[in-house]
Amino acid sequence: MAPWTVNDTKIPQGRLALVSYLSVGLVIILLIGFWKLQVVQSGHFADLAERNRIRYIPIIAPRGAMLDREGRVLVDSYPSFSILLLRDQPKLLAKSLPQIEDGLGISREDLQTQLDAARDEPKFEPVVIKPAASEADIAFVESHRADLPVLELMMVQRRRYPHGEMLANTIGYVGEVSPKELDRSDGRYRPGDIVGKAGLEREYNSTLEGTDGMRRVVVNSVGKPVRTLEDIQALPGKPIQLTIDYDLQSIADADFAGKEGALIAMDARNGEVLAMVSRPTFNPNDFAVRIPNKEWQQLNSDPETPLLNRAIQAQLAPGSVFKVVMATAMLESKAIPASYKVYCPGYASFYGRVFHCDHAHGEVDLHKAIVASCDVYFYNVGKLLGIDRISYYAKALGLGHLSGIDLPSEEPGLVPSEAWVERVYHHKWYPGSTISVAIGQGAVMVTPIQLARMVAAVASGGKLVQPHLLKDDTEVKTTSFPISDDTVEQVTQGMYGVVNEPDGTTSGLVKLKNIEFCGKTGTAQTMGFDLQNRLGKHLKENGWFVGYAPRRNPEIVVAALVQKGGWGSTSAAPIVRDVVKAYYYKKYPQLEIATAQNTKPAAPADPLVARVGAHQ
Amino acid sequence: MNEHVHDFDWLLLAIVGAICAMGVAEIYSSTHASGMAGMQYRQLVWIGVGLIGMFLISRIDYHTLLDQALPLYVFGIIILVIVLGIGHSRFGAKRWVSLGGGFNLQVSELMKLIIIIVLARYFSEVRTDRLSLTDLAKVVLLTLVPVGLILKQPDLGTAMVLVPVLVMGAILAGIEWKHAAVGVVLLGLLIPVAWHLRTHLKPYQQQRIETFLHPEEDQRGAGYQILQSQIAVGSGGFWGKGFGKGSQNQLGFVPVRYSDFILAALAEEQGFIGVCVVLLLYLGLILRLVDNAQKAKDKAGMYVVMGVTAILGFHVLVNASMVIGYMPVTGIPLPLMSYGGSATAFVFLALGLVMNVRMGRFVN
Repeated sequence: MAPWTVNDTKIPQGRLALVSYLSVGLVIILLIGFWKLQVVQSGHFADLAERNRIRYIPIIAPRGAMLDREGRVLVDSYPSFSILLLRDQPKLLAKSLPQIEDGLGISREDLQTQLDAARDEPKFEPVVIKPAASEADIAFVESHRADLPVLELMMVQRRRYPHGEMLANTIGYVGEVSPKELDRSDGRYRPGDIVGKAGLEREYNSTLEGTDGMRRVVVNSVGKPVRTLEDIQALPGKPIQLTIDYDLQSIADADFAGKEGALIAMDARNGEVLAMVSRPTFNPNDFAVRIPNKEWQQLNSDPETPLLNRAIQAQLAPGSVFKVVMATAMLESKAIPASYKVYCPGYASFYGRVFHCDHAHGEVDLHKAIVASCDVYFYNVGKLLGIDRISYYAKALGLGHLSGIDLPSEEPGLVPSEAWVERVYHHKWYPGSTISVAIGQGAVMVTPIQLARMVAAVASGGKLVQPHLLKDDTEVKTTSFPISDDTVEQVTQGMYGVVNEPDGTTSGLVKLKNIEFCGKTGTAQTMGFDLQNRLGKHLKENGWFVGYAPRRNPEIVVAALVQKGGWGSTSAAPIVRDVVKAYYYKKYPQLEIATAQNTKPAAPADPLVARVGAHQ
Repeated sequence: MNEHVHDFDWLLLAIVGAICAMGVAEIYSSTHASGMAGMQYRQLVWIGVGLIGMFLISRIDYHTLLDQALPLYVFGIIILVIVLGIGHSRFGAKRWVSLGGGFNLQVSELMKLIIIIVLARYFSEVRTDRLSLTDLAKVVLLTLVPVGLILKQPDLGTAMVLVPVLVMGAILAGIEWKHAAVGVVLLGLLIPVAWHLRTHLKPYQQQRIETFLHPEEDQRGAGYQILQSQIAVGSGGFWGKGFGKGSQNQLGFVPVRYSDFILAALAEEQGFIGVCVVLLLYLGLILRLVDNAQKAKDKAGMYVVMGVTAILGFHVLVNASMVIGYMPVTGIPLPLMSYGGSATAFVFLALGLVMNVRMGRFVN
């Protein structure tokens, strides 16, 4: 027995019992705590456990391709990876930024800007910090799964434009959905979704975009997927087939190298657009990945407006191409006899002002006036018709309003009238203005597509087709403004002469052997004589040519605009000829369509061409 | 010898066995599909070692141990000082001394045994039924020295665990109500002082306090651990998700699910029912210990048994409270269930003392 313990056996039983009761009480309290979690709130926590365990990974649906009329790929999509930054753990995020900065080569400012921009979004929405990850980037993310759980990879579909700038303004481009579109979409879009922003990408967005799929995976505590529960496949977007003919498009594009302007080639019978050019342009591949802000500003503020589709958006004076409208109006209105003749000394004076002509044409009838493009003849026609009659026929032939092509942002152009000038300028129409309008100057403004459509309409007896780019467009309408056969014959003979007669404005330079190639040149001043004299400088004119074949009921019509190109006959007409020639080469590989200079005009009675023209 | 075996508290041992079995099973469930598979065997080895230790200790008369209280105390303090100097760090704290062969002993576990013996000795020297202020001051000082040293490791959890031995002893020795009240007030005052001095705390301690007060702020830190633990417990529901089927457990959302948070893993897989079984087993253990104390031959034996009871009870209370988010993460394991050699060995050695006290009552 140890000396310090003297058989002290007085055990404090009461205090020990107290400890027992206390223990029972504490265990009951603990059990109540577990009851609260496991029974009262078990649904809530079961939900949280599921959310922990299950992650939804969106599977981005590939966007539909765009094919030309023969099925050749103009636009398609390819899979690639985006790097996401998860923001639901702010402290961890802040700690990880320096490592991300080094590993992915993104500057701290860029990261911060993107995080700031997403500040108002829900915290669980990640930010795309690298839309197009390189293989090194992917390896970086994969190897840092454990220590950088804020990074995530997402497979995305990226747009590819294999032909670069070809058709860029027509096809348009895609981009991240804007906040406004997001609001309007009723939850159909999520931030970061890619939608068509311009051109066909926008017009047919709902067809092209598919339905995104979803993969439900079980992830472990470091976010690594361990098992797939459900795979809802993405429904790829549908491809669209365009009316574009890649061959014609290539030729038109090649001809426009280094030029500024636009071209539209159209099947005159049904409005199918075969080629469309707008220069200058841009490379839509730059938009496939998020375009850096600086470059976007540059494209938008470029005075050359590369984003404008000039074939449908450039509103310019048509110049002498407008004489086709004048001739039709003159004959159809019967206000002036078809035999009307004028003597052209190279100028004429109206309302106390002198108006010029390119040449002194001498005695001029309607045929010669079209062939040689005599301004003086049409000054007089204009004066006799008056602005409202001109306006009526111009509008009836499709000028001054939208052609209805399946592209967003088409411009209507402008056809002046007395009512218009009173409404906009609050004064009476100056009769002198009619003289300018008569040769396609002054207030009248057209787009290239309107001119193509107008010329096709006149040559086909008043059939106005609706231009379109979707091959199987079922909603295409054809409207009619009947033009008498005599009128059609006279005006088309004039346009045949422009190309094929020795004194035509094209001087026989663009004749095509075996093809009834017709057209009308235009050389439009970009500012009036007065303004030019005042400024003491001379801007080169816009060259126009609208050509078609065959002479009546044409198959193909091509309008070309070469801005600051000078004469339409030398700048625009050869391009149109090349496209028309390519069209026939393709159609009749055996046919000899040599560019026959100064040979006799092809006889309309040529059996082959007659057949070509007749049954089309 | 026959007598010896007969006097063993077989009921207590059965309860201990049941708790250990549930622990080993849950360690298996938590780790079998991971890189740590096979952990349950190591735990079984520790249990075996513990059992042997328990039988050995039960053969030593606790009076002999109490006689050596002062040398043991000095030895413990020296070891703690040494460990501060040479011990190697694990999980950010110096608590371990290498025993060779890959086994590491957490020396503060040893200190728990020593403090039980030392305080039992001192409390049993109090002859009256009331604890005088001088005696109280003595035992408080005796306790605070090792507490301070362990805090310096830093190991807030183990340091705290020593205090219940003191509190339990003081209550049983008949602490004056006013002294108890002053003690409570002092502790109350300590909290704002500690709050004021929190900048002097180790970063991980600051972090733990911060996350306990604002768990939603730091998702991946200790607050994240508590939240994940609560999710595991809550999602287990009444019947549990089934053995090996808890997603929080199996996918690793529950932190250290085989050790400090083993109760969360069990709660997820075995449900409220499983938790009831475990907590009632612990309650049975405690009540059985108190019963042994009541039947102790002398006060010294009672203090030994109740010291063990205080530590085990405190462990269970703090660990279970942490798992359901009632207390911050302190690193206090669940005795006999959490994986861990030193902690398991300590419990068995402590139970060895209890067995000895129990058998001692038949000696005279």
